[in-house]
Amino acid sequence: MIETRGLSKVFKDKKRGVIRAVDNVSFTCKPGRIYGLLGANGAGKTTTLRMLATILEPTDGTALVCGYDVIDAPEKVRAHVGFLSTATALYPRLTSQEMVEYFGRLNGLDEATLKKRLDEIFTRLDMNGFRDRRCDKLSTGMKQKTSIARTLIHDPQVMIFDEPTLGLDIMTARTIIQFIRECRDRGKTVIFSTHVMSEVEKLCDVIGIIQSGKLLTEGTLAELREKHQEQDLEEIFVKVVAPLYVGEEAV
Amino acid sequence: MSLRNIRVVYRKELREALRDRRTVISSLLVPLLLFPILTAGLGAAISALVGKAKEEIPKIMILGGEDSPEILAQLHKLNHVDILPATSDWKAKVIDKQVRAVVEIPAGFQDSLTRQQIGLLKIYDYDGDLKSSVAADSIQKQLEEYRGNLVKVNLAAKNLPEAALKPFEVKQQNVAPPEKVGAAAFGGLIGYMVILLCLTGSMYPAMDLTAGEKERGTMETILSSPISRLDLVLGKFFLVLTTALATAALSVTSMGISFFVLGKAHAFDKAGAEAAQQMQLQIHFHTVLSIFIMVLPVAVLFAAALMTVAVFAKSYKEAQSYVSPMMFIVIIPAVCAMLPIDLDAKLALVPILNASLLCKELVTDTYHWNYIAIIFSSTCVYAAVALFLAVKMFQREDVLFRS
Repeated sequence: MIETRGLSKVFKDKKRGVIRAVDNVSFTCKPGRIYGLLGANGAGKTTTLRMLATILEPTDGTALVCGYDVIDAPEKVRAHVGFLSTATALYPRLTSQEMVEYFGRLNGLDEATLKKRLDEIFTRLDMNGFRDRRCDKLSTGMKQKTSIARTLIHDPQVMIFDEPTLGLDIMTARTIIQFIRECRDRGKTVIFSTHVMSEVEKLCDVIGIIQSGKLLTEGTLAELREKHQEQDLEEIFVKVVAPLYVGEEAV
Repeated sequence: MSLRNIRVVYRKELREALRDRRTVISSLLVPLLLFPILTAGLGAAISALVGKAKEEIPKIMILGGEDSPEILAQLHKLNHVDILPATSDWKAKVIDKQVRAVVEIPAGFQDSLTRQQIGLLKIYDYDGDLKSSVAADSIQKQLEEYRGNLVKVNLAAKNLPEAALKPFEVKQQNVAPPEKVGAAAFGGLIGYMVILLCLTGSMYPAMDLTAGEKERGTMETILSSPISRLDLVLGKFFLVLTTALATAALSVTSMGISFFVLGKAHAFDKAGAEAAQQMQLQIHFHTVLSIFIMVLPVAVLFAAALMTVAVFAKSYKEAQSYVSPMMFIVIIPAVCAMLPIDLDAKLALVPILNASLLCKELVTDTYHWNYIAIIFSSTCVYAAVALFLAVKMFQREDVLFRS
């Protein structure tokens, strides 16, 4: 379960002054459901998800992840979260197995549990063929699988995906999409950010549209269609975002 | 703080460092090979050059001297020189290295000798050119020998003893044991090398573990794990410290072995025996241990300071431009310690210089406990401040996610 309450993040930049990257955002993600955070580049998706993963600290407001406050108990939050984005790279000089083992140990798993979970995940994701290969020698698909294994090793209840398919080929992106579905099917709370409409339509149970740091609307796809009197998600998105959209260059 | 987590990070960083060619070269291979190459390679090259210069039969010229046959005869007695006929472009030939040295005998030189007036012989050479110096030295030696004989003859003619000209001799006599002489000569160098290598050994890993991690995109990955930032910094810091100390320890060991082997090699040839005696450098185990203990807070200071600076950079390349000036900050006081400066209470508070000066004293087996206490405690304070700053830097979002 994720519950954000007036979550805000302000950055100070010498050139651009004060930037309100996330502005008073409140929403709830429930277990066994996928919450899709849809927004253009620079809308505030990554900052929101980084705050949920406690990589960044909110300037105002807070969020509860599995009942733990992101400000008061960030380490507890991270122990219950699996965070995956295109920015979360692998250590090039570690093997695929060493990479996953490292994060297993950092998550406090004992050696016996770690070995058991490692074997289970490597078999499930069909990774045994490259478990001893260094990460800098892996193909993009193998790297993604290793990243998935890294996020799963401590069996987190909450999964946070920040544009996980960005820049990936279709086959690798499908693996990720399939993995996100599996997470939901296993009863995990899933939050997923993207600007690809088709992914949201295929995957998300609840959709939140974010622009200029503000959560402008949220609901199921059916609810959004009803509310905004449009069938196509892209049309809904444009209708919602247009009044606040200032373009990437301006950001 | 969790010791288990610090250990997990440390072990992972160590594993990665040992698989990284650049770290292995800069922290392990360079200190191991630097001294053998410097002592054996450079020593062999110098002795080969000097030998070659001495073997060469130098070409010299004599200007004038037609009315001074005795001095000419003396110059013709010189072995291993080829006397060329004098030409007017002798200066150009010296500069062009066709002629190594030129002696000028003024007109009426022999007459002035007979009248017991002071005459002047000039030797022209090419300053800084080894072969020219060898030729000029052999001419000077021959002429001085001739002058000595003339003095003896003149004194005998006046029925005076040699002591009339030289009533007493002056001689300096060393009382320090040979190993202390060697230590005094090389102590400053050891401090300099140990401190400098401590810095260079930790430089690459400090950048790789901070800016390198940002560049590779693994910073966000590790920050999403439950480890606290304090444990993460400490795990990384201990790895950087390990490489600093490993580099220093390897360099001291390699230097000791190189000096020992060089001394043994020289002992076989008679000419080198004296040099070997001077280079004798016996460092006791307790001295090595003392140096190691004193260098420990310096290494902590370097590791923490390097990480503090490097984590600010977005890329490895940017980190290099921040870290390079630190070399000068360290080299200047370390070089100053090689000068004849004695440790005092004020200098004991100057970071790096204090440890360098202390290393010099420790190598000569001198222990000023009051200074040791000041230096150790002040360096520990500086190191603690640097480590505190490193931890603070890792907690700053604007540093970790600088764009």
